[in-house]
Amino acid sequence: MSVLPFLDVALALLVVGLAVWTIAARDLFASVVGYVAYGLLLALVWVRLYAPDVALTEAAVGSGVTGVLLITAGKRLGAARAGEAGPSPGLALKLFAGALALLVAGALVAIILILPDPAPSLAPQAAAAADGPGAGLGNPITAVLISYRSFDTMLEKVVLILAVLGVWSVGADKAWGAAPAPLGRRNPYGATVFLAQMLAPVGAVIGVHIFWVGADAPGGAFQGGALLAAMWMIAMMARITEPPRVDARWLRLALVAGPAVFLIAGLAGPLMAGSFFAFPHAFAKPIILFIEAFMLLSIAVALPALVAGPPNGRSE
Amino acid sequence: MNEPLLAAAGLIVLTVAVGLVRILRGPDDVDRLMAVQLLGTGGIAALLLTAYATGVPGVDDVALGLALLAAFATMAFVNLLETDDDETELGETEP
Amino acid sequence: MIPLVDLFSLCAIGAGVFFFFAGTVGLLRFPDSLTRLHALAKADNLGLGLVALGLLPRADSALAAFKLIVIWALVLLSGASTAQLIGRALRRGRK
Repeated sequence: MSVLPFLDVALALLVVGLAVWTIAARDLFASVVGYVAYGLLLALVWVRLYAPDVALTEAAVGSGVTGVLLITAGKRLGAARAGEAGPSPGLALKLFAGALALLVAGALVAIILILPDPAPSLAPQAAAAADGPGAGLGNPITAVLISYRSFDTMLEKVVLILAVLGVWSVGADKAWGAAPAPLGRRNPYGATVFLAQMLAPVGAVIGVHIFWVGADAPGGAFQGGALLAAMWMIAMMARITEPPRVDARWLRLALVAGPAVFLIAGLAGPLMAGSFFAFPHAFAKPIILFIEAFMLLSIAVALPALVAGPPNGRSE
Repeated sequence: MNEPLLAAAGLIVLTVAVGLVRILRGPDDVDRLMAVQLLGTGGIAALLLTAYATGVPGVDDVALGLALLAAFATMAFVNLLETDDDETELGETEP
Repeated sequence: MIPLVDLFSLCAIGAGVFFFFAGTVGLLRFPDSLTRLHALAKADNLGLGLVALGLLPRADSALAAFKLIVIWALVLLSGASTAQLIGRALRRGRK
């Protein structure tokens, strides 16, 4: 008699319980910390489902970068709220918001219930494609991401750029082109600086390692890029480096480099392999790694830009 | 020998998850952060045990990523404290 | 008859589980934030350290063993530094 099924069920119940509590919590910071814990547990769940690629993404993006984004936002909201407390919404608005939420939840439930059994899936085609044009890569997930659903993967990075543009556009007009506010204190603590000096170089190596092994083992550009982004943010928190000006040419080039290189490689597809986003069989692996290297750069630059926030004209 | 490793992993996760009650109770924000840090370390231990018990490739890299980010949330939090009044407290000026 | 290596792993990992348990109990039962910080450090350093130590002889390559040590070292470094940061924030009375 094995104890494993019980442990798995306990883990699942824990995740659901924590999710409900995170939504219900009244204290903003408690709810943010609950979300970070939820991300950590979800990473464990993904590992139990034999999906270490997703677990790595969840750990780096879901728990790490998003956690810091929410902590920063929560603390800033708290400071802003102390200054200006608007009137609380009326009963009609509250009822309307509740009804809308119920409608969306109901629609989602209905869609899941009317799915045919078995649910339609493209998984067999994707698996076949991973064996075909993506052959040469030991990691079928990277192969599917880059050579089966390449267009989606490219557009995901475009979404990231649009998000950065959205954040930047919140800034005041006269601050445009300036740098976002620094992430760290004016006089960073000695422990913060020490930690950043120790962690950032090691973390950069680990980030590139995760990207590099992504061709043949779990990992890849997104996971590696998120770790690199986290290391850059740690360096900014210690004031070893500052957020770049939003009109810096290198920043903008780095942001668009991933999707641009991907698109160019995709457009070269018809000439080299006969169709859009097709890669010649013999060179599939070097081409995919080449594209992924630029994706890594774009992600490592976009995530800190999201956390750093809009340009801020005030010079400290 | 794999079953005991996985059982230990589950035991560690469930144990440190009980510590999450601190997120609920607080009373201070740092107590909440400590609970999540304990969960992170426990999660790393559980991942390592799972990696060695199941032999699924890449699980140790997940643990590596988590270990790298162990201090990330706390650093961000501490940075946001006392940003407004530290100079009056210490009398320090920007060099 | 259990091989000696397995016995060593079981003992070290069992001790690690105990320290995670002790850390959680401390986090929940200790009366104030500074003592809870002390409990957390035990789980971070000894709990994960003993689990890593128990897994070391099971590593099938030098790289895997090195990874275990790096993970523990990263958590040690993060734990010690964040304990310092949290302790300072607590002493200043901001939390």
